[in-house]
Amino acid sequence: MPEASSTPVTVNPVAVFERARAEMLRQKRVQGVILAVVFLACLTAAVIAGQFNIFTLIEGFPRTTEYIEKLLPVLRWETLGTDVAEWYWNTDRWLELLVETLLMAFFATLLGTVGAFVFSFFASSNLTTAYWMYFLTRRFMEIARSVPDLVYALVFVFAWGLGPLAGILALAIHTFGASGKLFAEVNENIDPNPLEGVRASGGNWVEMIRFSVVPQVLPVFASYTLWRFEINVRTAAVLGFVGAGGIGYELYTNIRLSYYEDVSAILLIIVATVICVDLSCEKIRHRMIGKEFL
Amino acid sequence: MLRVDAISEAEIVEARRRLPRVFSRPIKERLLSWAGWTAFAGLVLYCLVRFDFSPFRLWDGAHELGLITRLMFPPSAGGNFDLFLWAILETLGMAFLGTLIGGVLAFPLGFLAAKNIVPAWIFHFGIRRVFDVLRGVDVFIWALIFVRAIGLGPLAGIMAIAISDTGTLSKLFSEAIENIDGKQVEGVKAAGANRIKVVRFGVVPQVLPVMLSFALYMFESNVRAATILGIVGAGGIGLLLADRIRAHVWDQASVIIIMILITVYAIDFLSKKIRERLIGKGKSELMN
Repeated sequence: MPEASSTPVTVNPVAVFERARAEMLRQKRVQGVILAVVFLACLTAAVIAGQFNIFTLIEGFPRTTEYIEKLLPVLRWETLGTDVAEWYWNTDRWLELLVETLLMAFFATLLGTVGAFVFSFFASSNLTTAYWMYFLTRRFMEIARSVPDLVYALVFVFAWGLGPLAGILALAIHTFGASGKLFAEVNENIDPNPLEGVRASGGNWVEMIRFSVVPQVLPVFASYTLWRFEINVRTAAVLGFVGAGGIGYELYTNIRLSYYEDVSAILLIIVATVICVDLSCEKIRHRMIGKEFL
Repeated sequence: MLRVDAISEAEIVEARRRLPRVFSRPIKERLLSWAGWTAFAGLVLYCLVRFDFSPFRLWDGAHELGLITRLMFPPSAGGNFDLFLWAILETLGMAFLGTLIGGVLAFPLGFLAAKNIVPAWIFHFGIRRVFDVLRGVDVFIWALIFVRAIGLGPLAGIMAIAISDTGTLSKLFSEAIENIDGKQVEGVKAAGANRIKVVRFGVVPQVLPVMLSFALYMFESNVRAATILGIVGAGGIGLLLADRIRAHVWDQASVIIIMILITVYAIDFLSKKIRERLIGKGKSELMN
């Protein structure tokens, strides 16, 4: 800009603004083009790798709606009672499996959370006793939560045999990893003053955890645990697909054998349960958090 | 100065009268809490018995698991590494396309379900229950249904991810839209814009980064889901893994598990970096 440097007094503010604006717009355009190119590259790669074919999709669409239509039971208004009874002909067995699923989720959440609770104190940098302990627990939790729970279930079915035990252990390991990480992060964010207080009055490490950390973190832990229980109910419902107990196996066989009405009956039970569990856990969580602020 | 030894008996009695809860909780509350803990212990005991958590059984299984783990090392692809790598790419492609379709479907649905865009109560109540059903059915179940409806292969997995994402993302999008800053909307309105223009210039610029970061977050979680959808035949690496496990080819199974771990870590890392750029570091950490 030779003019601007030689005669700085006559700088036109409008021209400066226009220049800056044009520069900004140009940068934005370049950014947009780069983003578009990256996105298109990803999309192309995904279409090739995922063997995505729009025609198969269009062909599949009517088949999907047809399948969903078949799932719907025949319900007539005049004979509604008997129709529903016929639809839910196997209710006793399904409810029993549902209870098993819920118990599996409950027990796995309990086991995993107890483990996560204990080890989270070693996995928080402000509380850990030794660096190697911190490193080891952190890595162990990472592996525990990064392998999908169904893969654990698939392997555990060979170790402990078909049935809910394998599923519970798989869920518990995953819960341990996922909750352990969250718990450790909560521990790292606590107020350090109570820690000092307990140490100053001669408390050892366990007493420090018990009297200065636990009271601070317990409400948050409880709320996370409820949330984890919700997730575990969903997962427990599908563990049966690999033979690890719960209502999933029944659903799996019915889908495989094309017992359409049974499929929709079980699906409805699962969805209703999941929604009920979600809503009640949300209620409890709100109450707990509400109490905290009082 | 406060002197503990200066408190007299009478003062303690007085304090007990005034603040009974400091000394002991009322009997009813204590009974309730005892009943709660007893029920809890009973439930745990029942679970232990029902699921046969005997130490012997646990020990036997752990022994078996030890054998399996020993067979997993050293990991060896057995000449199938290219096949595995291709399957990992297929998994990523499934997650990407599923999230994309889900996000595109969820974009308009999110607006329809937002209370501040469509004020009709009955409408967004109804549409939200539809989302609940889409979300309530696990992606694994959707995959099985689509495998039956459109056949084996990655398309079933893509559709399963897309459908369950439509439910989740629509809900998240509508909540993001409900939490927008009203001032910008007012500004656009004051400039004389109609309803569509208010949404386009007052709402969309505010929510778009949040929506994108939600979509990225779902992409992460879908990559995890896509790795196991293959177990029911819906494409991806899961099919190979399930086959290796069922045929007891443990050294190849461990290679696949390690590849899954690396993929998941890499995607999490990338997505976290992009999300930090989109909505700022603090917020993206809140989402994790």
